[in-house]
Amino acid sequence: MVSLKPEIRIGFYVCHCGHNIASMVDCADVAAYVGQLPGVVLARDYKYMCSDPGQELIQKDIAEFGLNRVVVASCSPLLHEHTFRAAVAAGGLNPFLFHMVNIREHASWVHTDRAAATAKAKVLARAAIRRAALARELPQRQIPINPGVLVVGGGIAGIHAALTLAEAGKHVWLIEREASIGGHMAKFDKTFPTLDCAACILTPKMSAVGAHPNITLWSHSDVVQVDGYVGNYTVKVRRRPRYVNEELCTGCQECIGNCIYKEPKFPDEFNEGLGKRKPIHIPFPQATPQVVLIDPQVCLNFKRGVLTDRCKKTCVEACGDRKAIDFTQKEETKEIQVGAIIVATGFKPFDVRRVPQYGYGTYPNVYTALEVERLVNASGPTAGEIVLRDGRRPSAIAIIHCVGSRDKKTNRWCSRVCCMYSMKLAHLLKEHSGAELYNFYIDIRAPGKGYEEFYDKLNEEGVHFIRGRVGEVTDWAMIPEEEGKLVIRVEDTLAGVVRRIPVDMVVLATGLEPHADAQAVRRLFNMSCGTEGFFLERHPKLAPVSTFTDGVYIAGCCQGPRDIPDTVAQAGAAAAEALALIDRGHILQEPNTAHVLADCSGCKSCLPLCPYTAIGFDEATHQAVINEALCKGCGTCVAACPSGSIGQHLFEDDEVFSEIEGLLTADPEPTPALAATP
Amino acid sequence: MKFAYFPGCSLKGLGRAYEESLLPVMRHLGLELEELDDWNCCGATAYMAVDEAKACVLAARNLALAERSGRDQLLAPCAACYLVLNKTKHYFHDYPAMKATIDRALAAVDLAYAGDTAVRHPLDVLVNDVGLDAIRQKVVRPLRGLKVATYYGCQLVRPYATFDDPYNPVTMDRLVEALGATVVRYPLKTKCCGGSLTGTVPEAGIRMVYILLNEARKRGADCLATVCPLCQFNLDAYHAQVRSEYGDVIVPTVYFTQLMGLAFGLPEKQLGLHRAAVPLRWRPPVPEVAHA
Repeated sequence: MVSLKPEIRIGFYVCHCGHNIASMVDCADVAAYVGQLPGVVLARDYKYMCSDPGQELIQKDIAEFGLNRVVVASCSPLLHEHTFRAAVAAGGLNPFLFHMVNIREHASWVHTDRAAATAKAKVLARAAIRRAALARELPQRQIPINPGVLVVGGGIAGIHAALTLAEAGKHVWLIEREASIGGHMAKFDKTFPTLDCAACILTPKMSAVGAHPNITLWSHSDVVQVDGYVGNYTVKVRRRPRYVNEELCTGCQECIGNCIYKEPKFPDEFNEGLGKRKPIHIPFPQATPQVVLIDPQVCLNFKRGVLTDRCKKTCVEACGDRKAIDFTQKEETKEIQVGAIIVATGFKPFDVRRVPQYGYGTYPNVYTALEVERLVNASGPTAGEIVLRDGRRPSAIAIIHCVGSRDKKTNRWCSRVCCMYSMKLAHLLKEHSGAELYNFYIDIRAPGKGYEEFYDKLNEEGVHFIRGRVGEVTDWAMIPEEEGKLVIRVEDTLAGVVRRIPVDMVVLATGLEPHADAQAVRRLFNMSCGTEGFFLERHPKLAPVSTFTDGVYIAGCCQGPRDIPDTVAQAGAAAAEALALIDRGHILQEPNTAHVLADCSGCKSCLPLCPYTAIGFDEATHQAVINEALCKGCGTCVAACPSGSIGQHLFEDDEVFSEIEGLLTADPEPTPALAATP
Repeated sequence: MKFAYFPGCSLKGLGRAYEESLLPVMRHLGLELEELDDWNCCGATAYMAVDEAKACVLAARNLALAERSGRDQLLAPCAACYLVLNKTKHYFHDYPAMKATIDRALAAVDLAYAGDTAVRHPLDVLVNDVGLDAIRQKVVRPLRGLKVATYYGCQLVRPYATFDDPYNPVTMDRLVEALGATVVRYPLKTKCCGGSLTGTVPEAGIRMVYILLNEARKRGADCLATVCPLCQFNLDAYHAQVRSEYGDVIVPTVYFTQLMGLAFGLPEKQLGLHRAAVPLRWRPPVPEVAHA
């Protein structure tokens, strides 16, 4: 199948990319230089090679000049290799006779000296020409795509993506770390700016997930391993024991009532520790799945997580014939096959203990915003009454914005939702308690439909807005009116004075940050993280839900802070991208597989090295055999073969060495800047 | 452990009780301090505001002397010295122009500074190098019953939070607790003592002193413990003015090293407690002798 044509006729094109390349690289000079290299029949520079006229130019030249190789010097192959391969194929050549060289990210964008950048572009082009001369025609393989989709994270993003895909007839595995789906949204009381009840709009979607025939919901579970590639991922999921059989539990909760603990005793995670629960519990009334779970750290039938069987097991009695409680349940690992993955793992609220000047943990009446969501909620620990930790009811409440946001000492970014949720909480707290409300803000950011109007409404309701970053929250009283109060010390930057404002309750509007294990999750799915630790999209504007790994998409706050409407929109987009991929039915695979050359000595050293078990051994010929359907082109065997008897399509030795020679060779034309570099 | 020791002007003058208590306490814990030969002003006070470069050159000379002494750590007990020496070291590394100025000035007197000397505060050394366990072992007269407001002042942890949190430092709290005393929660622990305002704008300075003393009294503190000679001076020397303006707020202010000396059972005369205008009268109870 290797067919070297007798005469090499290369067409070379250098792209201006508008000013992106042309401003720092003399494109005409590069074309003139490459034009006189051996094998080059024509060399052109053109404003936008990726444009339709640019692609047509290549096709026309192939016919007119009998080109049999094409090299384009432009941007990253990640962006346009596909475009140019298609153009070359349309011109009648095998697409793998095309080679691309990156003089934008590798030259014009990263240099400030035009002469040196031009010289570098010439060298890179020369290497590409040398390599292209040796390029072979290769066949393109099609691989079928598994139509299943894995959705990681059962917050509103994961829920919406899973439902969209399931409605389109795809099977979805929804994996959630907590015992119930719902995420942060399930804890919210109302949503801004419409003030509709979060539970009322979320729980129908949660039950739809639980009931949908196309959705397999595994809560209390973690993804532990991801192998494979776009269209064909193999995923291992660890299902942690909840000590209750999900198939048998009816959600009647009689076990909870009959627990040996008569009263709830342990901090209730769903209510942010403001309420109490028993060892056997259900996270919240609308939890999905409607299955109880046992906390082995506090259950009397365990000691520090280890089964002791010392409890009277009144819960088992209550469960009776249903026999759902199973203290011997073990962790299980399941393996599933999917074609696409949507990562929607959400965010972590900023840890307010990192700003000790705001007194969280020192003063009991300092709360995080998420705690207040539960406090104002009718099904929360105080049934919606604003009763403080010390039993008092507040007559003045401060809300401090930007805690762990827009702060060089903690997180630099704006968390986008805090201004709006602070105003929502101000409205709700005022409604529930009648207290005076003070918002301390740096800037009010209300850029959304109906958001600015909501800010106006709050002003009309008499909520106070004081512009200034709060210096500290203290119980240092200077006047009798401040005794027993929390004093907010702040520079009012509009009035130009330092103020002391005594209040009874302080709410910290905590920012959003990546999960502590975001780096581990990133590695699991082969994604990238931005500098702040949120998962990185493929392109900030044009590929906002794609990642650099094909078939892996992101949605929601794991990609950056955003509100519910934006999260839902993004989750829908991720589902659509996944659908577009799997409905294509197949993917074209890069023909970069390894192949055994005739002189294989049969030493078998490659066999155990292959991570994909793609190498077998033919006892008859006494040679290694590579299954190209399994080979992923990692090149491990190519490098390891002691006799150099394994080659790799697209990366043949002569191609790579030729390219290196092209980079290093002494050139008749002086390249001053490069020569000056040691 | 051996340290080059930079007393600075205060510890030889108004703050001599600090040096008097520091030296025996350090010796008692096996730490050797070797006073820098021919040290000069650290560069703090008005210098820094008037001409930063000159202030840094002054500090750099001391750093260069420390390097020449062969000790890799320089102990600076006065919070102002500690800050200026640290600041100079930062400027030396971060600002090439400042480094050039310093190099030039030092070269003129045949000195050189490589930028390596660690500038340490005794509080940092005692808690983080010696350790609270070693300190606890030396306590023979626990300060049981003494309620202390730990007062760090503005300069020790700001702007360079080298060994503690800039908003809520706790190192001295842990030390004082190791001595057996009770730490009262004192929210003004890093608030300004008034600095030189007590001299230049007395009504403002005295008000700040009053606020600090009054809050300590309200919190039930028997004394304030400080790490800085200027803080100690301001809180100790203006009781008469505070009285005429706001009424009596009698709370003594001691150096943390004096509390250590008391807990270690060192002779009182060595600790300089008598030098204060409002001296600490409280003494740790004599421990009961164990019955045979």
